[in-house]
Amino acid sequence: MTPLFAALDTQALTQYLINGLSYGMLIALVALGYTMVYGIVELINFAHGDLFMLGAFLGWTIITAVFKVSPDDAVLGPVALLVCFVIVPAFCGLLNFSVDRVIYRPLRKAPRLAPLVSAIGVSFIFQNLGLFWGGPQDVDFPKLVSNKNLLGLDATVRFTYQDLLVVGVTIPLMIALTVFVKLTPLGKAMRATAQNPTAAQLMGINTERVIATTFILGGTLAGFGAMIYGLTINSIHYQMGFLVGLYAFTAAVLGGIGNIPGAVLGGLLIGLVRSLGSAYVGERWTGALIFAMLIVVLVFRPAGLLGARVREKV
Amino acid sequence: MAALLSLDLLRAGYGPIDALHDVSIQVSEGEIVALIGANGAGKTTTLMSISGVVKARSGTVSFDGRDITRMPAHEIVKLGLAQSPEGRKIFPRLTVLENLQMGAFTRSDRDGVATDLEKAFVMFPILRERKNQPGGLLSGGQQQMLAIARALMARPKLLMLDEPSLGLAPQIVVQIFDVVKELNKTGMSVLLVEQNARMALKVAHRGYVLETGRVTMADEAQKLLHDPRVRAAYLGE
Repeated sequence: MTPLFAALDTQALTQYLINGLSYGMLIALVALGYTMVYGIVELINFAHGDLFMLGAFLGWTIITAVFKVSPDDAVLGPVALLVCFVIVPAFCGLLNFSVDRVIYRPLRKAPRLAPLVSAIGVSFIFQNLGLFWGGPQDVDFPKLVSNKNLLGLDATVRFTYQDLLVVGVTIPLMIALTVFVKLTPLGKAMRATAQNPTAAQLMGINTERVIATTFILGGTLAGFGAMIYGLTINSIHYQMGFLVGLYAFTAAVLGGIGNIPGAVLGGLLIGLVRSLGSAYVGERWTGALIFAMLIVVLVFRPAGLLGARVREKV
Repeated sequence: MAALLSLDLLRAGYGPIDALHDVSIQVSEGEIVALIGANGAGKTTTLMSISGVVKARSGTVSFDGRDITRMPAHEIVKLGLAQSPEGRKIFPRLTVLENLQMGAFTRSDRDGVATDLEKAFVMFPILRERKNQPGGLLSGGQQQMLAIARALMARPKLLMLDEPSLGLAPQIVVQIFDVVKELNKTGMSVLLVEQNARMALKVAHRGYVLETGRVTMADEAQKLLHDPRVRAAYLGE
């Protein structure tokens, strides 16, 4: 028996799967913003990870400076949480909308590189805002959701309140997003615009309004992700948007950029590889494993796991 | 007859190049007008300028008594001006039904939309059979039918068709031109852009010949059909 097989006891494995899926859902929330925006304007919004970071800082400020919540406060804590879960997503949605309106929209007909470089610029501006906001050091994000085991104190597998928070926020959001995109007129207009913007205009669809909606939705999801990150990792930093953004972008590409279920699948896979990889191979290898997986997938399916195999040109 | 659509000295283009030079075209109510010309003559640009997708540089476009030159594309559709674009441009990953629903995007009269959907399915039964399949899986002829049916879902006063016969088998071309005639009998005006000049002039009342962005001939379709220059240049005689 190799040590690898010796380590494969089912309880530990279950635990790694829970941890992996939990982190994967967070990545998926951020990945959705990349994939939706790419799907509609073919822009890789490099500022998306940093938007997520600013959301986390806003949550931290609301909790520590506005409500001045101490970690064990049973009343103020939930109130602050609720306020955060409304204001932070709204803030991120509006900020994303504003960036598009002011910076990307005037470049809509410019060569592809112009908005791309602008997005990198916005990313740096956001990071500097974060540095100014929280300082250069790690910032403690209050632990308002406990990591007590929901399965009982003696249980060997841990599924905590924090895990419940992740599941309880992301799953309904993903269902709502799917229903919106599949069934509502604006959601259908969004898919139509992504597939053929000129034809969408000819149908009477205000494509600029559809694009604005997409930025708002993507930003809002990043805001939810930011709160979940703060409440589960409990430490935020002005450069955290880079790594999370990179993982999320990778998740979007892995699943097939522009494809909504693909972003979720990609996020979950990255979460699982990260968790299982650090358990069975070693934490220092997780980055390499994730990108090795990306490369292998792209070699065999260049458009990603759920991406259209050939770009449909009709 | 009053002009439903009127282009007056329209100039439009892409980048530094003007594709249209002072194009003037009229379509009256109840009329089928053919716009014929070679590849690159500016036929598609003309339709896209009318629809507001390409912005006019000078000149005016008026429709149903209103100046629509500077109107955004999505508002023009609401006035009753729909287009089935060149290359069909159906939404490949939306179902046939969803494609048709998109055609009625600007409408809020649910009953009317339901009626028109039924009409579309009667006109093109294959679309009903395949209504839950992605549009991208349809054959070329079926996609053309879908593109026309989708434009009709806006219940337009004027239907613009850009190369509806392109790449289709002859029987399907005949079928599509029959549909155009039928629609016209119900009172719908049609602006038909075609490289298949013979077919287009046979169904049209009047025609325009476009050459490198300029209208070089305008006359009754029958006369154009028998004009020696048109016959030599566009009818292959």
